[in-house]
Amino acid sequence: MRGLSGRQKVAWVVITVVVLVYALFPVASIAATSLKPASELNSGLFLPQNPTLGNYEQILVGNAQELFLSALRNSIGISLIATAIAVVLATLAAYAIARLDFPGKRLILTTALGVSIFPVISIVIPLFNLWRSIGLYDTWAGLIIPYLSLTLPISIWTLSAFFRQIPWELEQAAQVDGATSWQAFRKAIVPLAAPGVFTTALIAFFIAWNDFVYGISLTSTETARPVPAALAFFTGASQFEEPTGSISAAAVVVTVPVVVLVVLFQRQIVAGLTQGAVKG
Amino acid sequence: MASIVLKDIVKEYGDGFHAVKGVSLEIADGEFVILVGPSGCGKSTLLRMIVGLEDITAGDLEIAGKRVNDKAPRDRNLAMVFQNYALYPHLTVFENIAFPLRLAKGKFSDDEVRRRVEKAADTLELREHLERKPANLSGGQRQRVAMGRAIVRQADAFLFDEPLSNLDAKLRGQMRTEIARMQRRLGTTTVYVTHDQTEAMTLGDRVAVLRRGELQQVASPRGLYEQPVNLFVAGFIGSPPMNFVPGEVRGDVLHLPFVDVPLDDALRAAVGDRRLVIVGIRPEHLEDASLVEEGRRGVTFGVDIDVTEWLGSELYAYIPFDTNPDVAAKLEELDRELDGEGMRSQVVAVLSSESRVRDGDRAELFLDPGRILVFDPESSVNLTRDEDAAVRIEQENEQERRAALERAQQRESRSDAASDDGPRREARRAS
Repeated sequence: MRGLSGRQKVAWVVITVVVLVYALFPVASIAATSLKPASELNSGLFLPQNPTLGNYEQILVGNAQELFLSALRNSIGISLIATAIAVVLATLAAYAIARLDFPGKRLILTTALGVSIFPVISIVIPLFNLWRSIGLYDTWAGLIIPYLSLTLPISIWTLSAFFRQIPWELEQAAQVDGATSWQAFRKAIVPLAAPGVFTTALIAFFIAWNDFVYGISLTSTETARPVPAALAFFTGASQFEEPTGSISAAAVVVTVPVVVLVVLFQRQIVAGLTQGAVKG
Repeated sequence: MASIVLKDIVKEYGDGFHAVKGVSLEIADGEFVILVGPSGCGKSTLLRMIVGLEDITAGDLEIAGKRVNDKAPRDRNLAMVFQNYALYPHLTVFENIAFPLRLAKGKFSDDEVRRRVEKAADTLELREHLERKPANLSGGQRQRVAMGRAIVRQADAFLFDEPLSNLDAKLRGQMRTEIARMQRRLGTTTVYVTHDQTEAMTLGDRVAVLRRGELQQVASPRGLYEQPVNLFVAGFIGSPPMNFVPGEVRGDVLHLPFVDVPLDDALRAAVGDRRLVIVGIRPEHLEDASLVEEGRRGVTFGVDIDVTEWLGSELYAYIPFDTNPDVAAKLEELDRELDGEGMRSQVVAVLSSESRVRDGDRAELFLDPGRILVFDPESSVNLTRDEDAAVRIEQENEQERRAALERAQQRESRSDAASDDGPRREARRAS
């Protein structure tokens, strides 16, 4: 912040605070709500007067346990599988797009872009009918396939942008230095590509993890329902109680891994490794 | 150590583009050969074919007497320095230099790797940077790391692809002498690609000038400068470049735009029965008449000086002239090929810095007709080329090269014996 006048500094601080409050207030509100006992839900106060872990107990070991834990299992499994498939396919596709000149290269990229901007809600109804008739409704595969349509395009785009930055002369240099094609790829290219692939995997995982529309439309039971969809099926302890508390607790539980991952791998997400490979 | 022989090497790309059209070249063991030419002349393609990164469409490539056309780069045992250095950014300087040794699995023990890398690092003054990453190095240091990677293993030849073009002018000069010194000391066959004629002239034992995929002339720098075979070579070699003016034969004189040069026997023989020729004059062969000592054979003439540039050691004077339409097209085409802008027809004279000639002056210049070159306007051939003199220059050059190589290696073995002892020689015997 050096080189800024006093007024500019104040302005920056104000802007930063406004953005932080805007972005984090809902999260804080949910976290606060998750700690409130049922009696305080309508108290109108931000902070719980008698903080309790009752809501967490309820979703992890209590009444809602079955609903929540199975949903958590589905979410983790489905998101991981969708991510893995997307990253493997996108790596191969992006490698080809970045390295080779072949007819239809632009077509692949524009199609990928087209798919990713296609409104999800418009294909979910036909998909619902199709999945029911071919037996994919309410299965893991039934969610993994549509998730690929969300994660693949963005993975192909980020990875091909990333691969384009890799100086391929490194591969040639390694070959001249005595490496086989495979050694050159493994020792010179993979270490450079790894951060990009990892970053892409994180992004793809978040997309799958956060999906709601497919999750609620294409599942009906605990066999495949992911967490965002399952939250809607929470009920209170009795029919007169609202499940707001346990929904908030579940929301916190599914948000935490995302936040932890981002904080841990912030550097990899932000910076590539290629700087300095060629002239700076 | 090895010789490299190119026999009618052709490169044709899939889209039908002929990048290299039948180049033949013999590079002797320990020789430093430069491939030079304007952009797009096929010099880099040729180098990449030698190292094996491009397939050879036709012709034979032999390294140390063996045909290697179909060998993979790793089996050719050549070391290459890339234009952008191609350092591995995830490895330290030490591991970058050690990379080729580590790939030769089991061939070198860890101690041997360390010893060799440190020796290379000492040669290139990289000792204190061994643990750093390439991203934290300056351009010159990266360049040296790339060279370290090349010299660390006993490669048969070094190949350089415009290694200095990413450095600033001062560093370029320093690295140039560094490369020359290293090559002399190691005595390794070296092929060096550049578009910079200064690098070509200063570094090479021999220089191969390429134009549109065809070899124009292979000769020593002095041979190229004094006895170029054609217009292209004459215009490409030398800085500032050679002046080309139309010359009309009028009886006993050769009429240039600003002076009539008397035709002596040599010039008359060169011109033959042509009416019009292209005359080439090196800028330094135009001298300030007031500074020329008495009794030298030559012509003096008055010209209007347009602009002068005083550089301290010398003075450039620019003289505009009206060209002859019959040769204008030819000269324009040549200018385009040499990456020029075709701005205006002018002659540049490199005068002594003591000259008092200034912008807008009417000045008296001196020219020795014995120094001018005459070219055929149709075929571009140098009509004044003296084959005997050219052969003599090449012989002298070859003798000088051998002598320099021998001296450098004697000095090297002396300093080796002084600084190293037992373990080093044992290690060499073991490997």
